[in-house]
Amino acid sequence: MRPEPGLSFAAAFAPALLDPARSTPAIVTGPNGKSANRRYDVYRNNVTVSLIDALAAVYPAVQRITGTEFFRAMARVHVRSNPPTSPLLFEYGREFPAFIETYEHAQDMPWLADVAHIERAWLDAYHAADASPLSPARLSAVPPDRLADVVFVPHPAARCLRSQYAAVTIFAANRDDASVMRIDASTPEDALITRPEFDVTVHRLPPGGAVFADSLMSGQSLGEAAASALDAGPGFDLAANLAGLIEAGAFISLACGDPS
Amino acid sequence: MSTVFKPTGPAAMPLRFAVPIGGVAGTSFKPEHLADILEAGPRRGFFEVHAENYMGDGGPPHRALEAIRRDHPLSLHGVCMSIGGPRPLDKAHLARFRGLVARYQPALVSEHLAWSTHETSFFNDLLPLPYTEATLACVCDHIDQVQEAIRRPLLLENPSTYVAFRETAMRETEFIRAIAERTGCGLLLDVNNVFVSATNHGTSALDYLADFPLSRVQEIHLAGHAEQADDEGEALLIDSHDGPVADAVWKLYEIVIQRRGAVPTLIEWDSKIPNWPVLQAEAAAAQAILDRHQATAFAEERHAA
Repeated sequence: MRPEPGLSFAAAFAPALLDPARSTPAIVTGPNGKSANRRYDVYRNNVTVSLIDALAAVYPAVQRITGTEFFRAMARVHVRSNPPTSPLLFEYGREFPAFIETYEHAQDMPWLADVAHIERAWLDAYHAADASPLSPARLSAVPPDRLADVVFVPHPAARCLRSQYAAVTIFAANRDDASVMRIDASTPEDALITRPEFDVTVHRLPPGGAVFADSLMSGQSLGEAAASALDAGPGFDLAANLAGLIEAGAFISLACGDPS
Repeated sequence: MSTVFKPTGPAAMPLRFAVPIGGVAGTSFKPEHLADILEAGPRRGFFEVHAENYMGDGGPPHRALEAIRRDHPLSLHGVCMSIGGPRPLDKAHLARFRGLVARYQPALVSEHLAWSTHETSFFNDLLPLPYTEATLACVCDHIDQVQEAIRRPLLLENPSTYVAFRETAMRETEFIRAIAERTGCGLLLDVNNVFVSATNHGTSALDYLADFPLSRVQEIHLAGHAEQADDEGEALLIDSHDGPVADAVWKLYEIVIQRRGAVPTLIEWDSKIPNWPVLQAEAAAAQAILDRHQATAFAEERHAA
């Protein structure tokens, strides 16, 4: 889109903000014939640093794991190639976990991207709409012959994530200033993120729990979800998993599907 | 979104003109101070928030803002509307802004003479614009749209800048005065920005203030700045909001209040945030100056009536 006459300044000013190879735009100047290079650099610096700060605010555990210097170098590359498209900075960084996966200096931390996925989901849960979680009594009131048809409405904050690594344990150990401990990263862990009231909680799902939670949260009936979970692992404990999801605040309501 | 921002057509949102809150000093509201603020109970003054931080659907941010708003006037300060940019305003963003005005009924609503979005990129900085007839028309059109959406006058803030544009054809004060006259908007005078820009451009802050339409000023911002050097090794001030207000800025502030009378004044502190008592003490210093000049405001109001 071509700007109106007299309004092309932004098109001239913007491209060098995130590209250090470009020189200071010719449309700007310092006062009284002074140079504008260091002056324009203030804007470059404000943009780049504030966006790196924005990623650091979304991904504090990733930063604690990598150290600040490593994190900021990694974030700088991402910020320059993927600036935000929304003015809401708490929405920024959705592509960062995928970027981490391909970032060459992070290849010896194959679990790092999954930790980042949990942090992104944590912030989404934090800002999600308020809703009262489903009371366990609602399920008790369903006649036993209708149970298999029950469909659950997920809580706006609820998210389920799967990892081949111990992503939940690594996340939990690095979200605060807890002391460093040894973690066996090779144990697969699945995460359930919920915010029943105002506190976001990250739960580690039991084996088979993620298939079950994913199925229910995507609108499958209880019968279908149980069948999928049992297919995935014959030892699946239906009653414990369902009670766990409800207690964690993963749902807000349920509907008894019509048998027809 | 719909659970938080009740969809209302323009006709459904009544015209609102907030009750003036008078010459009180306020502070930026930072969530880390919430417990201290609530524990101390209602206080004289007001709190200002960046609108964008409260544009999520729910969760702790809204709970905190509701708690603050229950006992205090609120100032809603937009940072990302890109009013000074050539692109059409982001309709979704404008709707979110309007939703916050409707929900929290702030006493003051403000935005910046700056831009932050170009093409699809959001740069998260307050970027400068040249002052020409073309940009003036564009800014006025954007302010018309904002005021129509929020159903009340907007306060527009003067920027701090580091570069000048070769094509600029009028003084910033002239540009801002024209905006206020054409759109009927009020002004938010950031005294620190005046000082920062005057230093950076080798001009006089006092001349700027003498030429500024002070009668339009409904709010004042005070903040700290940092110092760097330009290409020639001379001082280049950065509008950093990360420390106490500089002595020179306090002096300018007192001159403004002497002439304008007491108006709501905000201590803006956005990074390296201090403990609540430190921020409160900065606000108390502004309040002391305001209180010395409360009579001026009354005199002016009587005169205006």
